[in-house]
Amino acid sequence: MQKEKSVRDLKVGESGTIWRLKDPEMGLKLLEMGCIPGTTVKLNSRAPLGDPITIIINDYTLSLRLDEAETILLKA
Amino acid sequence: MPEVLISPEEKRASQSAPQPRVPRIALIGNPNSGKTSLFNQLTGLNQKVGNFPGVTVDKKTGISQLTPNLKAQIIDLPGTYSLYPKSLDEKVIIDLIHNKRSEAYPDLIIVTADASNLKRNLLLFTQLADLGLPLVLALNMMDVAEEHGVQINVEQLQQDLGVPVIPMNARKGIGITALKILASQQLAGLNQPFYQIPEELLTLVRQIRYYFELKNDYLALHYAHQYKKLSFLADDDKSYIEDLLKENKFDSNTLQATETIERYTVINELLLDSVRVVKAETNEQFSNKLDKVLTHKVFGYLIFFAVLFLMFQAIFAWASYPMDLIDAGIGALNGFIHERVSGPLVDLLTEGIIAGLGGILIFIPQIAILFAFIAILEETGYMARVTFMMDKIMRKFGLSGKSVVPLISGAACAVPAIMSTRTIDNWKDRMITIFVTPLMSCSARIPIYTVIIALIIPEKYYFGFLNLQGIVLMGMYLLGFVAALLSAMALKFFLKTKERSFFIMEFPTYKMPRWKNVGLTIVEKVKAFVFQAGKVILAISVILWVLATYGPGNAMENAEKTATAEAQKLNLTEEETANKIASYKLESSYAGEFGHFIEPAIRPMGYDWKIGIALLTSFAAREVFVGTMATIYSVGAEEEEATIQQKLAMEKDENGEMFFNPARGFSLLLFYAFAMQCMSTIAVVYRETKGWKWPILQALYMTGLAYVSAWAAYSWLS
Repeated sequence: MQKEKSVRDLKVGESGTIWRLKDPEMGLKLLEMGCIPGTTVKLNSRAPLGDPITIIINDYTLSLRLDEAETILLKA
Repeated sequence: MPEVLISPEEKRASQSAPQPRVPRIALIGNPNSGKTSLFNQLTGLNQKVGNFPGVTVDKKTGISQLTPNLKAQIIDLPGTYSLYPKSLDEKVIIDLIHNKRSEAYPDLIIVTADASNLKRNLLLFTQLADLGLPLVLALNMMDVAEEHGVQINVEQLQQDLGVPVIPMNARKGIGITALKILASQQLAGLNQPFYQIPEELLTLVRQIRYYFELKNDYLALHYAHQYKKLSFLADDDKSYIEDLLKENKFDSNTLQATETIERYTVINELLLDSVRVVKAETNEQFSNKLDKVLTHKVFGYLIFFAVLFLMFQAIFAWASYPMDLIDAGIGALNGFIHERVSGPLVDLLTEGIIAGLGGILIFIPQIAILFAFIAILEETGYMARVTFMMDKIMRKFGLSGKSVVPLISGAACAVPAIMSTRTIDNWKDRMITIFVTPLMSCSARIPIYTVIIALIIPEKYYFGFLNLQGIVLMGMYLLGFVAALLSAMALKFFLKTKERSFFIMEFPTYKMPRWKNVGLTIVEKVKAFVFQAGKVILAISVILWVLATYGPGNAMENAEKTATAEAQKLNLTEEETANKIASYKLESSYAGEFGHFIEPAIRPMGYDWKIGIALLTSFAAREVFVGTMATIYSVGAEEEEATIQQKLAMEKDENGEMFFNPARGFSLLLFYAFAMQCMSTIAVVYRETKGWKWPILQALYMTGLAYVSAWAAYSWLS
């Protein structure tokens, strides 16, 4: 099976559209923070050690860990 | 559900019914929506911090004068993004608003929303509205919204939402009066729900609704989702819901997700009419530029360490001036009292109670300074960057990015450091941080370290400037740091939690701190310490004083007689006689008895009963060790450290060798590096974890670690 693309795979400055959220429990938290399927998400920056990252969604910035970003799958 | 059943709460309510009750208003909103500013504006200094039952969450309440003849109690609830709680803190909210019989059930809810980010803020609002609670929407941070080019048609929004909407700027106090007047009108809730419960769920929802006689469907749906978390439900009721859900194959997680998506769809349509974004955000751009420097690979860490250094310096050095003043003030007060009256009761007052109070007050400067720093870091948004930069490193040790500030502050004093762990949202991360922070070498260990190091380490220089004693002192600091990190790592495996750890959080833009909030944080923290941890500190210090001052039978009088007789024989001066009497008295006191009693237990570490006494008395605070040793060796507690050192160096063991040899010295150094010899830390852990379980476990662990390492050092070196 081909690996699905997630927010984790974005480069800094690159954008993508949210397809679905992989982890149900984590997904609920992400939904509440505004990560709705269909929304555009942009990787804004990485912490100096590569993890966590910040993303821009709906004009505001969120910070999250890579293993959390991994659960946000993007449309191919 | 049998209607005849009357709960005790209800009885109490009906008894007190004749007196008019102060109406209650709850503040609910997203984190960073300006809720705290609004709370401060509404209540000013009329705030009280209490506990929500059963959880480690502070309950902040205050009284607000809404109109000249109407007062209301304002309850500040923890910030949350939704009514489906993800953390223990947020659980407090549903416990409060789902239980109509609760004594704190609000009459009105003010929802604070960040106007510049209305979409996400309205999720919570629509949930509350559907529960049929009377609401007012405080549209906060209008200035930020304007800066971002967000224009909000308040009239339109008010029509669409069906509740009063007040544009405001709580930071500057704009809109507060309008909000107060509106709140005083006690507006009723709206009728049209934002979220339509799906058809297939209605049967289930109605069953729950009628069983519990609930006001509306959405509240019943909430019972279905979170019955396990509702502490006011009886076990029977919970199993009733559980069976019902199993029958209907109720998938809570998926349903919550679809509900959230539905709500956003409604919100999007709703805002189409009333909100327009006309220009890109300038503040965001400014923040991004600043982040390039402040979270830079090299400069980011350099700046952070500079900030830490400044903070450490402030707690360590600047706080010493007011601390000396407090110390001198207490001394002067006691002197003043002693000059006028005397007797055992006066001694209890001065040496027991007033000295104990002094021991509490002495922490205020450090607490105030640390929280001034922390409040400013939080307010400006820099704390989020610290967490961002340190998270990966700290996570390896079972800690979070937010543990850095408490840990470093612990190198000055564990008391304010432990209080500052409040900023860590995750329960497990917070408990681990609290647990390991006292292992950091605090400033109270310095007097012990310096006296012992001077005794056992020769004053030698390497390369002309590296002082061996200095290197050992630094080694003690490093040792504490390493012990803290390793303990955290070990604890990571033992501590289990059902609460899942989420790091995801809003990354705020940089802002100027609101000084009023900074000031109120300081006041709140100092008050919490003095009134909650202070009680324990005062009690223990009075007990310790009694133990060191009184002895069994007439042991104390005998000690004084023997000492005086011996002093006369040896032709001692008046001062030397007084020192001798103090020494003999301490030996005959209960503390002395205790020293002899535990001698077999501490012998493996190389200690005798004299050190045993010091172990007991220095439980009040580590630095007391030096003073007690001075008294035992009849030096007079106020003497210079050098005099005490000389006296200790002359002490011989049973073989005529020097008693404080390297084996005993290192044993003592290790013991004081690890042992929980600080009642104030115990008191503050008790207050922060709201129970005795954690402070006791922590004291056992630290003392165990201290005992084993001191024993190992002593047996290896001798």
